[in-house]
Amino acid sequence: MTQVANAPDRYLEELERADAAWGRGAPAWLKRTRKDASGRFQSLGFPTTDDEEWRFTSVAPIAEATFALSTDGRAALRSADLAPFRLTDLASAELVFVNGRYAADLSSVRPLPRGVRIESLASRLATNASEVEPFLTRVAPFERQPFTALNTALFGDGAFVHVAAKVALDAPIHVLFVSTADGRPTMTHPRVLVVAGESSQASIVESYVGPRGDRYFTNAVTEVVVSENASVDHYKLQRESLDAYHIGTMHLIGSRNARFQSHSVSFGGSLVRNDVIAVLDGEGIDCTLNGLYLGDGQRLVDNHTVIDHAKPHCGSREVYKGILADHARAVFNGKIIVRPDAQKTDAKQTNKALLLSEDAQINTKPQLEIFANDVKCTHGAAVGQMDDEAIFYLRARGLSHDEARNLLVHAFAGDVLNRMPLEALREHVEAVLLRQLPHATSLRTRP
Amino acid sequence: MLTITNLHVRGGNREILRGINLSIDAGEVHAIMGPNGSGKSTLARVLAGHPEYEVTQGTVLYDGRDLLAMDPESRAREGVFMAFQYPVEIPGVNNAYFLKAALNALRKHRGLEELDAMEFMSLVRARMQMLDMDETLLTRPVNEGFSGGEKKRNEIFQMAVLEPRLAILDETDSGLDIDALKIVAAGVMTMRTPQRAILVVTHYQRLLNYIVPDFVHVLTDGRIVRSGGKELALELEEKGYGWLEADHVAGAPAGKA
Repeated sequence: MTQVANAPDRYLEELERADAAWGRGAPAWLKRTRKDASGRFQSLGFPTTDDEEWRFTSVAPIAEATFALSTDGRAALRSADLAPFRLTDLASAELVFVNGRYAADLSSVRPLPRGVRIESLASRLATNASEVEPFLTRVAPFERQPFTALNTALFGDGAFVHVAAKVALDAPIHVLFVSTADGRPTMTHPRVLVVAGESSQASIVESYVGPRGDRYFTNAVTEVVVSENASVDHYKLQRESLDAYHIGTMHLIGSRNARFQSHSVSFGGSLVRNDVIAVLDGEGIDCTLNGLYLGDGQRLVDNHTVIDHAKPHCGSREVYKGILADHARAVFNGKIIVRPDAQKTDAKQTNKALLLSEDAQINTKPQLEIFANDVKCTHGAAVGQMDDEAIFYLRARGLSHDEARNLLVHAFAGDVLNRMPLEALREHVEAVLLRQLPHATSLRTRP
Repeated sequence: MLTITNLHVRGGNREILRGINLSIDAGEVHAIMGPNGSGKSTLARVLAGHPEYEVTQGTVLYDGRDLLAMDPESRAREGVFMAFQYPVEIPGVNNAYFLKAALNALRKHRGLEELDAMEFMSLVRARMQMLDMDETLLTRPVNEGFSGGEKKRNEIFQMAVLEPRLAILDETDSGLDIDALKIVAAGVMTMRTPQRAILVVTHYQRLLNYIVPDFVHVLTDGRIVRSGGKELALELEEKGYGWLEADHVAGAPAGKA
């Protein structure tokens, strides 16, 4: 097996170029952080499968490919390309980024309640960075995470969402990252920062899409701060091109009595890694992590989650479900840490996979690290196949084979989908799921 | 309506049905009785199109068409219904949603408008009352956590909603206590019409006290060894299946193993 060079020259060149570009006008603290991150990435290099966290996921295709930081690729993009990915009717604001850059003319922002700010991170940094300084790059540590280090060194733009204390934003905010290869394989390093003030309330949808089916590389980092008593629902819809590489890392930090939900939907990409790291840093936090993923062809979907119970009396509920066809592979690794202080923790984790073919496979691992003695932690994993008797039962009542199969897949996905509070978004995801389900030829159930 | 000729079926690497001949007309109720392992349920499942069986010989005509060439959903849409001996639990699929999808698939096939939620619910409520069913079963996942009796009742309820032309009841009496049996049988009897044929597969005679058949056939070892009127069921109840098997062996053609 080829050992990946630690940090390929191509990436180092991009780091230097970015450093030069960002040197001008950037706040001093950010310049320093970027420099640190760049150095950190150079010493860490890309992970290999010797690294426990990357045991089943080789990122060699990313490390060995040549990706250039994208310039604006909008010339190649038609407005119709975007239509299937928009949530304009549903969202109070829709910020569109094309190849990592904010596209004001494609975006729309309805009048927002006082105290809600939604804008391009680049423009915020260019005008007044003091508001983001306490949070940006500080919620997502990069010391041990090469992709986060790379993003920190290279991010050019992204979204900044700030909801002031006691403000409730009813309609969700949609942040749509669109990628196209502008003549050559490109990479983007989008960054999202969400700060929810005390007792505030917001929902955010992040979409990553590649309407033209190109090969490109997205390396996204999201930082979410949920202050005391605040409530944040976060949705990630990963619908990248089926040729794209997607690495997405979300770090969340919650304070006392915060409520946080993550719904991660991963349907696209050829090599996908989603990390969700939630630090429950106050008493009485309620944290939900849901995931739904779909793999077919030769694609790989890797979901890693960490729920860090740092304080007592927090609850976490985690349900991840995957549907795998053809030769698809998946990885689920769910770590739950219960710190010595975190008594009365109540944590429950479930992960299930439905294999639609004999050749699909999943590596699944719950990882419980419990250092407190008065806690309730449960986990369960199940891998199953389509129930042929159930298919026959449904067909014997008049449903076609595909209808029967879809009904069973839908039922399987149901307890993840049904936890999504936004009904319109849930229906959107259901429709995409059923449309994208691999055709029945790969199933064993045909007579 | 249904003509089975010399039907031979293999399943699990052995020959289960070994030359079935049976003809059923609209308006008739036929009962197939026989000891365990005789092939009764196989016959029911083959008629419904279960993929685990292989038909090696013979034909089945349904309204003059080749039933065996049709996939299970086409059979259902053409009016064939089998009440399962072991109804399948389908977690996550709401019973009402499932039944509405099934009914609308049938209606669409017949060129009828799909029912909306209101029309569907009023139809369903009437049928549930007929079978004395708890309405909460509608909102639960299909058969999940149902008692044995609830599952069987749910099958007949589906039959009452889907209104098949040929209804096949596979051991519908097993798992039912006598009160439930009477209710289910009464439900079936309301569906006895001149346009509809009913085939009842059962081990015991007691169901036939309530669903009175026009014809009774005895199946042993993959063949129908005797046919008669409803009195044949009573005779079996009295004498058991043993005398028929002996009879059959004695009467088997010479040279046959």
